[in-house]
Amino acid sequence: MEFLVSASTPMKSSRWLTAHALAVFAFLYLPIAILILYSFNGQGVGGFPPRNLTLNWYRILFNDAPIWDSVLNSLIVAAAAMVIALLFGIPAALALDRAQFPGKALFRRLVLLPLILPGIITGLSLLMLFRVAEVRLSLLTIVLGHGTALISVATTEVFAGLQKLNRAQEEASLDLGANYWQTFWRITVPNLKLSIIGAALLIFTLSMDEIAVSFFLIGRDNTLPLEIWGRLRRGITPEINAISTIIFMFSLIAIVFWYRLRTRAQVTPEIGAELVETSQTDSQLSS
Amino acid sequence: MFSRAYRTTITVPPLLWVAVFLLVPYLLMFCYSFWSVSDSGTIMHSWNLDNYKELLAKPVYWQTLLRSMWIAARVMFFSMLLGYPLAYFLSFHAGGRKDLYYQLVIIPLWVSYLVRAYAWKTILGTDGVLNTLLQYVHLTSHPLDFLLYSPFAVVLTLTHIYTPFTFLPIYASLEHIPRNLVEASHDLGATPAQTFWRVIFPLSIPGVLAGATFAFVLSLGDFLAPLLLGGPSGIMISNIVVSLFGAAYNWPLGAAISLCMLALVLALLFFSERLEKKWSFS
Repeated sequence: MEFLVSASTPMKSSRWLTAHALAVFAFLYLPIAILILYSFNGQGVGGFPPRNLTLNWYRILFNDAPIWDSVLNSLIVAAAAMVIALLFGIPAALALDRAQFPGKALFRRLVLLPLILPGIITGLSLLMLFRVAEVRLSLLTIVLGHGTALISVATTEVFAGLQKLNRAQEEASLDLGANYWQTFWRITVPNLKLSIIGAALLIFTLSMDEIAVSFFLIGRDNTLPLEIWGRLRRGITPEINAISTIIFMFSLIAIVFWYRLRTRAQVTPEIGAELVETSQTDSQLSS
Repeated sequence: MFSRAYRTTITVPPLLWVAVFLLVPYLLMFCYSFWSVSDSGTIMHSWNLDNYKELLAKPVYWQTLLRSMWIAARVMFFSMLLGYPLAYFLSFHAGGRKDLYYQLVIIPLWVSYLVRAYAWKTILGTDGVLNTLLQYVHLTSHPLDFLLYSPFAVVLTLTHIYTPFTFLPIYASLEHIPRNLVEASHDLGATPAQTFWRVIFPLSIPGVLAGATFAFVLSLGDFLAPLLLGGPSGIMISNIVVSLFGAAYNWPLGAAISLCMLALVLALLFFSERLEKKWSFS
């Protein structure tokens, strides 16, 4: 069928599409290539052609204590935000799927809002909350901010998983005398495993990279993006290229890991595309 | 089939969390926007419309808002121009390599936003990669200075960041088009162009709307790319808000601007959702 469609399209337009796709890929990857290349450039940032390839920036990076402190802070924040987002996002998805309560439509909108809202609004509104509640800004306030913003990711991913779940299994489990708690852990969670792991990975990465919300909630300790931001404001340094290259490599490993997991489970890999499916399914639910 | 206790357990905790950390903060922002700040820097809890009056009276606010919307509109347009044909190519012409290409679009999303913006800075700067390359091959003799610290740099960087975001929903909607509709159109004698404009494109409109909204709304509220690459002519509305919450120390006025942005975004989401429903075929 695919073949039929392509065959009946004149070669000319197909060639244009291929050229366009190549150009877009080149555009998307140009900065990443530059970043990696110039992390080895002896002359520092910029300047064509790159000269005197060196590992010097990596050596400086490894001796740079503030950067590694901020990496550790970011890892802690991401792990904690992931726990909060899953702890509240999974029940939220279950509630949207199988409970009726007053204000459900408002609740759904509120949960999903941080996903589409510019980070500055989420960040500032939480800043006002912490000011009024007299909470001192610290890593904890960043965790609360990230957790709250990323509940939306857990909810959409798990909700999409629930749509594919066969409810008969849960019914059978309950009929056979298991209680809700047992059914949840033995039937619901294993069936949602992929959605939950996918959500967890996505939340972790998004939190590691988050800056707009953190920008307003930062206390004394910096997260990695804020540390980088501080240095960029002072001037550009190739060390940033080096740390970004390392993080990019870690992300690639995470992607490969995720991809393996999905293909082993025979599901088409569509991180993020569920968002659209979810918004379509739940608009059907509400109408 | 689910008991009352079960439904309460899954509903109450997220409901409480959302109420405390989303609903209350938005309401606080609403309240702040009607308060004022005294000369000594304390927040005065007296209710008035002064902040909104100032927003209407001083042209700098709505001019910056208009400029931000113009930047966001260009980002939306260009990421659509890049994203739509790419999604169409993947969905209809990529054959067996579809999944690989799909991953290739996703991977740049895993590189930090900040780092990509910064990479563009190294490319576009006066001594940057592009300028030195152009001089190296003798295309120019002086560095081009409109490249960095201009709205151009902001639009370019934000387009780079939001193209994958616009691609995703468009691709999802193209993938949902039943292929036998496309086949039927061919069999009934439509040319490929007719098939595209009369069958495929109308069915992909929900994805286009979702992608366009993503790109517009997220770039409208951006303040980091303008700070890093925009220069004085690339200042956006969020930069004003940031300075009001920082050095200028006028939270109530900042809250009023944020609230206007929030209202604008919600209105856009409302309309795009309406249109999506109107155009979805299921």
